[in-house]
Amino acid sequence: MSEGGEKKGLIGRANAWLMRIGPVTAAGLFAAGIIFWGGFNWSFELTNTERFCISCHEMSENVFREYRHTVHYTNRSGVRATCPDCHVPKEWGPKIVRKIQASNELWHKLLGSVDTPEKFQAKRIRLAENEWARMKANDSQECRNCHHYEYMDFAEQGRRAVNTHSKAFAKGETCIDCHKGIAHQMPPIEQEIGAPKTAAMN
Amino acid sequence: MRRAHLQGLKFLLAAMVFLSAAAGAQEKPPAVKTIRGATPIPESNPADTYRMERHDRVIPRNHTWQPPIIPHNVKGYQITRNVNTCMVCHSRKAAPQSGATPVGKSHYLDRDGRQTPNISTRRYFCLQCHVPQYDAEPLVGNTFQGPAGKGKP
Repeated sequence: MSEGGEKKGLIGRANAWLMRIGPVTAAGLFAAGIIFWGGFNWSFELTNTERFCISCHEMSENVFREYRHTVHYTNRSGVRATCPDCHVPKEWGPKIVRKIQASNELWHKLLGSVDTPEKFQAKRIRLAENEWARMKANDSQECRNCHHYEYMDFAEQGRRAVNTHSKAFAKGETCIDCHKGIAHQMPPIEQEIGAPKTAAMN
Repeated sequence: MRRAHLQGLKFLLAAMVFLSAAAGAQEKPPAVKTIRGATPIPESNPADTYRMERHDRVIPRNHTWQPPIIPHNVKGYQITRNVNTCMVCHSRKAAPQSGATPVGKSHYLDRDGRQTPNISTRRYFCLQCHVPQYDAEPLVGNTFQGPAGKGKP
């Protein structure tokens, strides 16, 4: 057996490599790593801001306008939930997955799929169902980032809310099962009121 | 001639000052009590802030045919072309589970009195007749006593 690499093991080999490239290059590489990761993360988080979301008129003129009348935009204590708080997962893995999926949205931005309010209205039901399905699948994780039902004080809730919440939690339902359309306008829903709605869901 | 003219002007000015002072002394606050107070007509009084009340229990009606009052907060409830949030709980289908008051039979009649399969289109905007309550005192007092009977405690 020679005095070669395998005897020294991984740390030994790393040490040998460091000696070979020299401490200055090593420190340079370390700094470059910080700058690269920091830069990546910074630009990544830049796409997770409300300002970024509403820099496209598709968002600012449709969903953002509707959201401005809701409790997640303005309320008595001034605590807000902005676009990414609900629509981008907080955990790293799911966040990356969602961001990769979002590249499809860039494609549709180029195609102009929802570039007028009329086009947006026509697509609203599909877009909403996508988002409802996503929230249903992850047990409304983005709601629960703030609203932990384990910590809800039922004595502070209204009678209606207590009844409905305790029944729904017992059945294993998740927030989005009932709380649809709390931040945006709803797509057409058939409710047996007025003229029958075309292209409505039940 | 010129001096006399000036003198006349002085006299006139003095008379005006005297008269306006006398008028000021005579002026009394108006006998009519106004709700708008001293706010000039082109301006508006700032509104107080009121909150929708949460009774969460049926509020008794004051007279026959009175549309039931909404005993809960309806802030943010959408009534749009796409959806009527009230129907989530108050539709005939949902009411048994939600415990809400179901929509009345009268709402299934069109303007000619014919039965409609859905709730009549003219009943779409619930808040035209059913109103939520705010924590505001009535601006004007009122001694109305509804007849005893239906809906009275």
